[in-house]
Amino acid sequence: MAALHTWLAIAMVVVSSTAGDVLTARAMKQVGHVGQLWRSRGLWAVLKAVIGNVYFAVGIACMAVSFFSLLVALSWADVSLVGPAAASLTFIANAFAAKLYLKENVDRNRWAAALLVACGVALLAV
Amino acid sequence: MSLRKYLVLAAIVLFGPCGDVCLSYAMRQAGPIRAGDFGQLIGFVFTPWVALGILLLIGFFASYMAALSWADLTYVLPATSLGYVILALMARFLLHEQVTVTRWAGIILVSLGVAVVTRGPSLTKAVEEGQEGD
Repeated sequence: MAALHTWLAIAMVVVSSTAGDVLTARAMKQVGHVGQLWRSRGLWAVLKAVIGNVYFAVGIACMAVSFFSLLVALSWADVSLVGPAAASLTFIANAFAAKLYLKENVDRNRWAAALLVACGVALLAV
Repeated sequence: MSLRKYLVLAAIVLFGPCGDVCLSYAMRQAGPIRAGDFGQLIGFVFTPWVALGILLLIGFFASYMAALSWADLTYVLPATSLGYVILALMARFLLHEQVTVTRWAGIILVSLGVAVVTRGPSLTKAVEEGQEGD
């Protein structure tokens, strides 16, 4: 069993990675369909809308925190524990966060998909 | 969903693992990096395989952001997790890594997850601005 501080680092990876995913997802929903925006107003308008979005900036910052937390976790424990644990728990956390924060309709199929992918990724990373 | 949207999902699935494989191949050729040698690290960025890997990963991130602009996060993440399967297959056949029975079991579970989520709709709620189209 890994030490408590290793699990705290893994939890930090999961929380910051999930926050990064839901915040960037919210940013992109606010920006709207980028294909349509590109066709109507050009690439520059797309870049301006994405990079200028506050949720996108905070999301990217969360992804950076997640990356450095992962490095810390890897310095404390083996990649065979940290990799699968962080990746698979992030899939489950994302489903909860998308339901609660993004108000997505996470139906039975999506829960099943999240669980199957989480288990699959855990096995792939072993 | 339109063909164009499936192509964006395919780009996510392909660009991510291809970028990772390019970086992995480049770093294996380079050998161990001296800790704290930032000059050496920056030098790596301009080598062909690392540069190609970075370009592919930029393509991956752009496609991922594009998909999130018209589909739910809980659709995009499982649907594009096929990238993990592609990565395992590329590791086996291009980098000649060992793919164990456990990993093949993982590949099957991920593929099942992809099959389950892609049967449903890609967007389940009205977006705050903009709308689902083409």
